[in-house]
Amino acid sequence: MAGSTKILILDDDEDFLALYQKLLSQHVTTAAAVLTAGTGHRALALLESEQIGVLIVDLNLPKMDGLQVISIVRRKHPQTRLVVLTSLHDEQFRARAYALGVDQYWIKPETDHETGLFLEAMEALMRRDAGIGFRGVQNKSLGDIVQLECLAQSTSILRITHGAAEGRLWLVRGELIDAETQSLTGEAAFQKILSWPEGTFESLPGDETRPRTIFSSIQGLLLNTAQAIDEAVSQAPPQEDGSAATSLPPQGPVLGDLADYPGVECALVLDGETGATRDHWGMQDPRPLSEWMRKTVEEFRALGDTLHAGEMRRILATSNDRKLAISSVGKRDVCVAFQSSHTLETARETLRTILTKWAS
Amino acid sequence: MGFLNFIPFLGKGDCEKLERLPSGTFTLDANGAVISSTLPQSFPAARIKEIGRCVLHSLRSARKAQVPLSELHVHYSTLKIIAREMRGGAVVFVMPQTIEESSY
Repeated sequence: MAGSTKILILDDDEDFLALYQKLLSQHVTTAAAVLTAGTGHRALALLESEQIGVLIVDLNLPKMDGLQVISIVRRKHPQTRLVVLTSLHDEQFRARAYALGVDQYWIKPETDHETGLFLEAMEALMRRDAGIGFRGVQNKSLGDIVQLECLAQSTSILRITHGAAEGRLWLVRGELIDAETQSLTGEAAFQKILSWPEGTFESLPGDETRPRTIFSSIQGLLLNTAQAIDEAVSQAPPQEDGSAATSLPPQGPVLGDLADYPGVECALVLDGETGATRDHWGMQDPRPLSEWMRKTVEEFRALGDTLHAGEMRRILATSNDRKLAISSVGKRDVCVAFQSSHTLETARETLRTILTKWAS
Repeated sequence: MGFLNFIPFLGKGDCEKLERLPSGTFTLDANGAVISSTLPQSFPAARIKEIGRCVLHSLRSARKAQVPLSELHVHYSTLKIIAREMRGGAVVFVMPQTIEESSY
């Protein structure tokens, strides 16, 4: 049965478009229609006006190439599945396409068998949207998801990951019986997991033999956790723009913990969107470094977009008397300065450890 | 002629139009002019200049911020840029990376 979403194929080869429009129409029954576009501009226009579930895009296109189209679509239409279908056997382009967020990268089929596999994969992609489950759960909090599982009387294990941190919630017939993350178990682990602002989750088969450590009702637990988070946010120091912090990490007390890391001299946290200084530690006047960091991160991010080189992961720098390591956690950019005796490799690894801890 | 064209999807030559991320080195003087380069000629000069401009701007603004830098590493998912300061100019190394190489 056809769904309501459509497939759009973008390629500058008219014969290819005609053939694949026919093939996909015949074999991908969950697609409401298969549309075609010969240029990136035309494809973007169709994406604005039509409900496109899957965009199949060639890389070599006139005027606006496939990588440009992918980066625009990923930003403007994050729900659209992106599939590269190209004749380009090139590891670099494959890596760049995945770095820009495509779901699948296919070499144009040359045999009936390969064509069959491709069509099956497109059917599976469309089914995933049209069939069981929802996409777009990024707008739901973990609390919402847990409540839904409880209402559905599920027996399952919810595996939640947040950066490098992982937690598990055990549900038996709609009741939360145990939670675990890092060294915490029971209600403390549940509160910790619920404080994570974002992450991914998956539902694993349930385990009814798990010993019960949580005896409170789920509503009571959620209420207590929400109160604890609200209190933590209200106690956070006001920001430069006068607003309260909108998420827990990283805040002053967390920056203070940096003293525990050997070689760390000072640190600076900027808002990734506005560039405003959010917090600093170990420096008298953060403004000069803050200004340099804001401009540098902004310019190199723009350069990465221009080159289609994917996400900017980090910047490492050596000065006369220190090493600097910059990376992002959530929507914040973090710069940590290390003693000059540190190598860049050590600085990178220490920053990674710090960010992992903050993220958890 | 005609036979290859008849096979619709072969030999389209995607590489000709798409820009590969380059691998190589170039040096810049203090004015931002490219003095020497081992980057492939297929990589547009404008892009090299843009990389150079970002590098020099970062090095200069760091000096103004009282943190003069001798080396700068910028890591993207699929590219690494390493710049070393050279008397107001810079030598810049550009290295594409696979996703596995660039994982944190």
